[in-house]
Amino acid sequence: MAHRWKNTLTDNDVTPERVFLNRRQIIGAAAAGLALSGLGGRAQAETLEPTGWDDITSYNNYYEFGTGKGDPATNAHKLTVEPWNVRIDGLVDRPGDYAFEDILNKMTIEERLYRLRCVEAWSMVVPWNGFELADLLAMVVVQGGAKYVAFETALRPDEMPGVHRPVIEWPYVEGLRLDEAMHPLTIMATGIYGRDIPNQNGAPLRLVVPWKYGFKSIKSVVRITLTDTMPPTTWNKSNAREYGFYSNVNPQVDHPRWSQASERVVGTGLFARRQPTLMFNGYGEDVAGLYAGMDLAKHF
Amino acid sequence: MRLADALNRAVRRLPAWPVYAGSAAYAGWMFWRGVAGGLGANPVEALEHAYGEAALYLLIAGLAVTPLRRIAGVNLIRLRRAIGLACFFFVVVHLLTWAVLDIQSISRVWADIVKRPYITVGMAGFLMLLPLALTSNDWSVRRLGPAWRRLHRLVYPAAILGGVHYLLLVKGWQMKPMVMLALIAGLLALRLLFVRTPRRPILRGAAVPAESQR
Repeated sequence: MAHRWKNTLTDNDVTPERVFLNRRQIIGAAAAGLALSGLGGRAQAETLEPTGWDDITSYNNYYEFGTGKGDPATNAHKLTVEPWNVRIDGLVDRPGDYAFEDILNKMTIEERLYRLRCVEAWSMVVPWNGFELADLLAMVVVQGGAKYVAFETALRPDEMPGVHRPVIEWPYVEGLRLDEAMHPLTIMATGIYGRDIPNQNGAPLRLVVPWKYGFKSIKSVVRITLTDTMPPTTWNKSNAREYGFYSNVNPQVDHPRWSQASERVVGTGLFARRQPTLMFNGYGEDVAGLYAGMDLAKHF
Repeated sequence: MRLADALNRAVRRLPAWPVYAGSAAYAGWMFWRGVAGGLGANPVEALEHAYGEAALYLLIAGLAVTPLRRIAGVNLIRLRRAIGLACFFFVVVHLLTWAVLDIQSISRVWADIVKRPYITVGMAGFLMLLPLALTSNDWSVRRLGPAWRRLHRLVYPAAILGGVHYLLLVKGWQMKPMVMLALIAGLLALRLLFVRTPRRPILRGAAVPAESQR
């Protein structure tokens, strides 16, 4: 890899007191950090507090198990995650059905403390464990003509009570441009807080793209296909006016039905203030270049 | 109609105050759970939804009173004012939860009302319910006379707006809001049947049954 993303945020960076920083403080601290360091590098003064395990694992959007936020935690235990195979096909030199354990054995698991911003205007901070998608793609050797990566979630009517109703089209599918997929921030997560990822969070293997709305980070992946055409994505098929292919977090482009300018941080209680949403969910420094010259209001 | 008679006798002894007390108790209890951390990861959303759904359930209950009487002969009319006022109470606390705890700014509340169709629709429904709540007292009923009934037909469009408000808010095609809107539409459609029945020419000189004069 030419450039591996260095994770500067771990549990050790967490402020011991449950200090809540609003954006002004964060920006102020970041600016102060930059000014003091004088290095012009990534702002490291920011402190992220990970959302609690109970909140991360009880407040989920995983419509295959029901549309209520608590439904996945209630129903996802039915999902069989062992054995698990991922079919990797399309424009790759080594297509095939890969057993989850075999993939794990070849990958390096790292900790990544990421913000997660849902399109519904709430957010969390999740301490993921996982590996870079780029490493998996390197393993199967992407061919020259590939431009996009398509993903598909398991579809198990016997184990997923939610798929009996056409809330959205099943199976759930997502996609990334190849450069987005190869970006060092993009990971396949296999754990949270150092534990196996719970079923309701997308066990055993899910995508995490921290600068995009949460629905792009497809859960329980069974298929990864390299293609030369932009793949269909579930929410875009459901409502193209509301959900674009890119779906980058962008406080300046509202969802047609609600504002995206601010977010409610999950787990902060009944009287917590909303927090301003950051461009690219705060990862602009790393990813804005991917979209240079693009009109992000048009390619939302 | 034995069952209906028994039910009617039971209802006649039933006071309306438990509807008010129950509503206030439920609203207070949910708020306390939210404060104490008992409403899960996103208590503001949970509270907002609980109050909004309670309002819709009561709206549906209120709309069911007349069809129940006409079709099953069960007369719950004594409880209808309490049901209607309790519904309005939940609409108000739903609105307050949204504006104060969720959006947290008057300018953004206004922006949402103007810009977001589901909020616009919900606000319109609230504004229609407002005069109904204000005239839900004996004095207003006497004072307004026949106009009172005409005025209170506003609950029909308000109910539709309430159901649409919920449907517009969710992502994808979800069951609950669709069922609620279908129930509201069904209860309103039933009324079209009653409108026709009493207007059929009754034999000249025949006594009009007291029931249809209500």
